[in-house]
Amino acid sequence: MSSRTKPLLELDKADVRRARSLARKVGKPVVDIASRHTTVSVERATLRLAGLAGADHDRVPWVNHLVDAVRETSGLEHGVALPVWDALRRGVAPDLLTLAQKSSSRSVDFRIPGGKDATAAAKQARTTVAAGIRSIDKQRAQRDRLIKRHGDPKQRPWIYLIVATGDIYEDIPQAQAAAREGADVIAVIRSTGQSLLDYVPEGATREGYAGTYATQENFRLMRAALDETSKELGRYIRLTNYASGLCMPEIATLAGLERLDMMLNDSMYGILFRDINPIRTFVDQRFSRQIHARAGIIINTGEDNYLTTSDAVEAAHTVTVSQLLNEYFAKEAGLEDWQLGLGHAFEINPDLQDSFRMELAHALLARTLFPDAPLKWMPPTKHMTGDVFRGNLLDGFFNLVGTLTGQGILLVGMMTEAVVTPWISDRDIALQNVRYVLNAAGGLTEDFHPPRDGFIQTRARHVLGEAIDLLEEIAAEPGKAPLLEAIADGTFGEMKRPATAGKGLDGVVERADGFVNPAIDLLETGATR
Amino acid sequence: MSPVKQPLPEVTEIPKVIRPYGDQTGDGMVQVSFTLPMPGGKRAEGAALQLAGKMGIEPAIVVHSKPIGDGFTFFVVYGSVKHLVEPGLVEVVEREFPLLSGKEINTAIKRHLRRKLVVVGACIGTDAHTVGIDAILNIKGFAGEKGLEYHREIKVVNLGAQVLVPDLVERARAEKADAVLVSQVVTQRDAHIHNTTAMSAAFREAFPAGKVPHLVVGGPRFEEGSAGSLGVDRIFGRGTTPGEVASYLVHALVAPRATAHQTKGA
Repeated sequence: MSSRTKPLLELDKADVRRARSLARKVGKPVVDIASRHTTVSVERATLRLAGLAGADHDRVPWVNHLVDAVRETSGLEHGVALPVWDALRRGVAPDLLTLAQKSSSRSVDFRIPGGKDATAAAKQARTTVAAGIRSIDKQRAQRDRLIKRHGDPKQRPWIYLIVATGDIYEDIPQAQAAAREGADVIAVIRSTGQSLLDYVPEGATREGYAGTYATQENFRLMRAALDETSKELGRYIRLTNYASGLCMPEIATLAGLERLDMMLNDSMYGILFRDINPIRTFVDQRFSRQIHARAGIIINTGEDNYLTTSDAVEAAHTVTVSQLLNEYFAKEAGLEDWQLGLGHAFEINPDLQDSFRMELAHALLARTLFPDAPLKWMPPTKHMTGDVFRGNLLDGFFNLVGTLTGQGILLVGMMTEAVVTPWISDRDIALQNVRYVLNAAGGLTEDFHPPRDGFIQTRARHVLGEAIDLLEEIAAEPGKAPLLEAIADGTFGEMKRPATAGKGLDGVVERADGFVNPAIDLLETGATR
Repeated sequence: MSPVKQPLPEVTEIPKVIRPYGDQTGDGMVQVSFTLPMPGGKRAEGAALQLAGKMGIEPAIVVHSKPIGDGFTFFVVYGSVKHLVEPGLVEVVEREFPLLSGKEINTAIKRHLRRKLVVVGACIGTDAHTVGIDAILNIKGFAGEKGLEYHREIKVVNLGAQVLVPDLVERARAEKADAVLVSQVVTQRDAHIHNTTAMSAAFREAFPAGKVPHLVVGGPRFEEGSAGSLGVDRIFGRGTTPGEVASYLVHALVAPRATAHQTKGA
């Protein structure tokens, strides 16, 4: 995605290789653990791919009922596919929905079939789930067609704007207005409580706190509205939501089915900032990333969050470490470079001497380490004080770094950050700021070559060195999975998260021999049937 | 606006009447910006001037007007506001406790409490934003001041975000908390009020009278002086530093004649 040919930073190639191989060394044991487990959410996502949707009158989704019932009678160690399609074959119910309804009163006895019954159940499960995977494939093809028809944004970075009213019917006109004013990517912020819900709410929703619930129907409504706007503007408007929290695999699946274009999806965010169990997170994340890979969705990682809790100068290297880990986990799950919106942010204290030069150095480091990834550049929040005039200036400098260092996705900063949720005028002023900087300085990359061994090159090398040191420290942790030990020790974001604690732990199940999940099989092999 | 030369007032003296200052004493100049839900044009500018007039800004000039979106216009207005300000009539809630240094805090706890002061902190409800509670509790601190954790004599238990009230009560009991700090940063539809009253009610139900931990809430949206109605002992607003909170806790819980159940707001 980067248009440049020659990198502006001269990093030692051996250092870069070393950093990547350390990330692999640290990440691999975690992938192995993830591959030996499943979770309630992965199994529910599988049922959603098989077409099971909807909820009971208490708004408990049918996928939750069915997975819970299987878990209580035959256990989840073999996955839901075998017991569920075995029950269908035995004629317990004519279809999935009826089976889920029956199972909700716990009147179905599931069993783990053996021999020919198992083979037949697995085959039927695969046929049904494959139809869901093909729907995702169709949506991906449809996106490609629409991008061809309407076109991509003319400029880089793409302009990313947030709407967050809590009411999908308010969000829609706001999102359409934002697109008309220049936004290329619309993100609908989720209601703050959603990441800790162990189910996905149903239907169109009008009640949310500081955001709107992610539901399949809300996804569909917003995508349809933005399709209209794309046509009107002659530019394909991308839609973003959040695959994080306890239902990451299901949200990712719904995003693939409803043609969302980008998803927030970080390898460690839920662990560190939401106290979700580390194993649950890594299992869920791997599945969600496999879905994103298949669906052609660009993921956005959450490194900016480290800088809001730690100092942006002292902790600069933790961003690099997290980016390297996110890259490893993403590629392992099948994502390609163009799908890696690795995050970083403009959060250095502006009162520091040379703060802007350091921002440039850090942004260039990310750009140089990941030349083909559409990096996600996040605006200042921590040092936005309520002095909106100074805030607007800071946002201008943030925009300047964004364009000067060739960032792929620019989240538009609001001068009223930390004051109010953005007003219509705040958004207009913010977009005017972005347009001015891109227009006035967009070509400056051509003229900008930080001298060898100057401040910027030296600072970038220093941060990379610190990142390598930290990765080495993590790799030296005892135990089979050093990364989990490091997370438990409080290495990241100063938070201690042991693998034996955290929310959602009870939804993690170790796979037994003969475990079957047709979705994972289809995703890993790329098969369509 | 008579440019009468006056002697410079004493620093401590509060002038009786003042007006906003642009570039001359008494010019009353202010600048406001706002959006009206109407398309741009002569009528819109007139409407902006009408609003300015009703706000007491007269004469006013629309220095900038720009249509935004569909049927909205943004204005920047400058003008002289005719209202007078009487600083003497302003009621100020003065800090009721002295600010202590880190050393003084440790010494006071050691001398008068003779054990560690236990503080349990959390964000409750759906609020996932720990920036506030972290700034006060974590060593890292805020505004150049180290957080409560930094004090040798304070034991801090930070439960993080989205903590359920029953869990908070249980943990406070298990840790024998002297004080419970609750942060509410992002809030909508008065969620911070509902969460806080639910929290204080739960504590009063779970602990015998007189044994309830000192309840402190913080966040940008709480009103000064509403501690009593929320059922908590103290409220801290935007910009509160860890040193202020630590000093307050020492004042409220540790000082020789500590009034442990001060319910006077702020």
